[in-house]
Amino acid sequence: MFKDDELKRIAKARAQYDEVVKKTIARRPERKETFTTISGTPVDRAYTPEHIKDMDYLRDLNFPGEYPFTRGVQPTLYRGRLWTMRQYAGFGTAEESNRRYRYLLEQGQTGLSVAFDLPTQIGYDSDFPLAQGEVGKVGVAIDSLEDMECLFEGIPLDKVSTSMTINAPAAILLAMYIAVGEKQGVSAEQLSGTIQNDILKEYIARGTYIFPPTPSMRLIVDTFAFCSEYVPKWNTISISGYHIREAGSTAIQEVAFTLADGIAYVDAAVKAGLDPNVFGERLSFFFNSHNDFLEEVAKFRAARRLWAKIMKDRFGVTNPRAQMLRFHTQTAGCTLTAQQPENNIVRVALQAMAAVLGGTQSLHTNSFDEALALPTERSVRIALRTQQVIGYESGVANTVDPLAGSYYIEWLTNEIERQAQEYIKKIDDLGGMVVAIEKGYVQQQIQDAAYSYQRAVEEGEQIVVGVNKFQAAEEGERPEILRVDPKVAEEQIKKLKALRTRRDNLRVKETLELLREAARDSSINLVPRILDAVKAYATEGEICGVLREEFGEYRESVVL
Amino acid sequence: MEGRKIRVIIAKPGLDGHDRGAKVVARALRDAGMEVIYTGLRQAPEQIVETAIQEDADAIGLSILSGAHEYYFRRVIELLKEKNAADIIVFGGGVIPEEDVSTLLNMGVKAVFGPGTSTKDIIEWLKGAVGSRRFAEV
Repeated sequence: MFKDDELKRIAKARAQYDEVVKKTIARRPERKETFTTISGTPVDRAYTPEHIKDMDYLRDLNFPGEYPFTRGVQPTLYRGRLWTMRQYAGFGTAEESNRRYRYLLEQGQTGLSVAFDLPTQIGYDSDFPLAQGEVGKVGVAIDSLEDMECLFEGIPLDKVSTSMTINAPAAILLAMYIAVGEKQGVSAEQLSGTIQNDILKEYIARGTYIFPPTPSMRLIVDTFAFCSEYVPKWNTISISGYHIREAGSTAIQEVAFTLADGIAYVDAAVKAGLDPNVFGERLSFFFNSHNDFLEEVAKFRAARRLWAKIMKDRFGVTNPRAQMLRFHTQTAGCTLTAQQPENNIVRVALQAMAAVLGGTQSLHTNSFDEALALPTERSVRIALRTQQVIGYESGVANTVDPLAGSYYIEWLTNEIERQAQEYIKKIDDLGGMVVAIEKGYVQQQIQDAAYSYQRAVEEGEQIVVGVNKFQAAEEGERPEILRVDPKVAEEQIKKLKALRTRRDNLRVKETLELLREAARDSSINLVPRILDAVKAYATEGEICGVLREEFGEYRESVVL
Repeated sequence: MEGRKIRVIIAKPGLDGHDRGAKVVARALRDAGMEVIYTGLRQAPEQIVETAIQEDADAIGLSILSGAHEYYFRRVIELLKEKNAADIIVFGGGVIPEEDVSTLLNMGVKAVFGPGTSTKDIIEWLKGAVGSRRFAEV
């Protein structure tokens, strides 16, 4: 990138600069002895061509839309179309959530993102004993196709793309979505959206697992195979670093563990005989955007480059679309403070800007009141407006990857990639991600990072504005918060009971038995059988119940 | 009882998977010299109370970020009363709206620590609370 004689001249100038710095520091010491990113990577005083002297533009960066996609997966990026503004939402009943979705679409949101309540995410019906207290709380309660029909009432599925945060029972919710589409006259080929379907990070960080790894991986591979054939525009998985980061990982661990999860899925699908050039196109990713602005921009770029190399070199993928890391971003929930909650609006704006400068395909901006409760309509609107201000006013969307060529950004991109590769090597040596999770290695790494961050905050090394510095005696008025009506559970259970008496129970039983048969025979794809059961109005709990009986349940390996 | 290490159960009741806070607190209490049993995810209130009694715990800390706090705190306190173990201190944390804190305190929860709490504050408080509980026993 830089000629030798130029580097020599820079080295000479650096020697002078170092002298000046020495004198300056003697007069006025720097604020800290060492500076690091929030992830602990040491940061130099000033970056120069010396830091990236081996960089080769075409090899390491290339043009946007070209391998290794460091600068983005599309040639024109936001000049063509801004990122999809997609706010994760859902609470209470399907009817209530439907109203919130229509509101968001009216406000200019361009895609939907469904939050399910915990019983739905863990495959229990709303009247199951363990579901008590949780129905409709962190998302919408979906027990059967009937609820799903309400959820998308009046929303044309050929016009919106829908992302569903659903993992262990992802195939069931996808089947419901397909069935709703059919009723609207929209064929499966026309549907676009995403299921999260990423079980490994559930074991690592998010906790809504059901089955053990082997049958879970089978379910995922079955959805890859099914969608390749019947739902070609669907993102079959959203391999997620978001929750890994929320659990306390560093940016480097976020990249490393997410891509290592990705490797495990590709491995499993290849072993099952699928072609990574085909299913690889439909893999998508999901990252966090945290506080260290420049580190985050570098992180997104590093993740893109590293995944392209993995697909090409490790899996021999030649189809460029299957080498591309396309991703959704959400701003970091764990950085939101309950103290002086308005400050969160600023945090979210910076994090959102980092995601955009990092080339995200879609974005959720958190609402400022989320450390207190579920967001209100007002706070969600501010969050959405934040994206619109970035997209339409700030000018950053006018050119692709505007921070490319910054000595620091490029150096840090290299550094994150290098450190992530070391982790991936370590995981390979342990026997792959599933083994690393079962041994508790990944969880331990994240917990260690979370604990040392907490200590840094408590020791005042890490400043959290409004929490350990600049506290206000008067916190100001508490914002109004959203509450889920306690009647939601009652109503939902009533509706569920009515369905169970009204539907053709013989047909339900028949489809569930066919599902059981498929569960016992791994040569049968589970998804069509699930689809049949869903269309017969079998409930989610019944379908998962059969699979629980056949597959057993995962037990967490608790490490502290 | 005098001089015995403080024994505390840190539990995740219900279906909520957010365990960062619970684990950080568990570790901080352990580093402060307490004996800590972390239950892991998806604990029924019955299991939590059972563990606390079996382990002869001084206190139970519940971590809930799913909005189901009222249900789970109430249930744990009821069960403790049923088992004649109401002297076990119940405290907790998570995403709990301020308006709900007084409801929890009224039902017998001894302290609620929200986001941003220093683990040092939790340690100090717990030492004090366990100290007066043991003093009351003597």
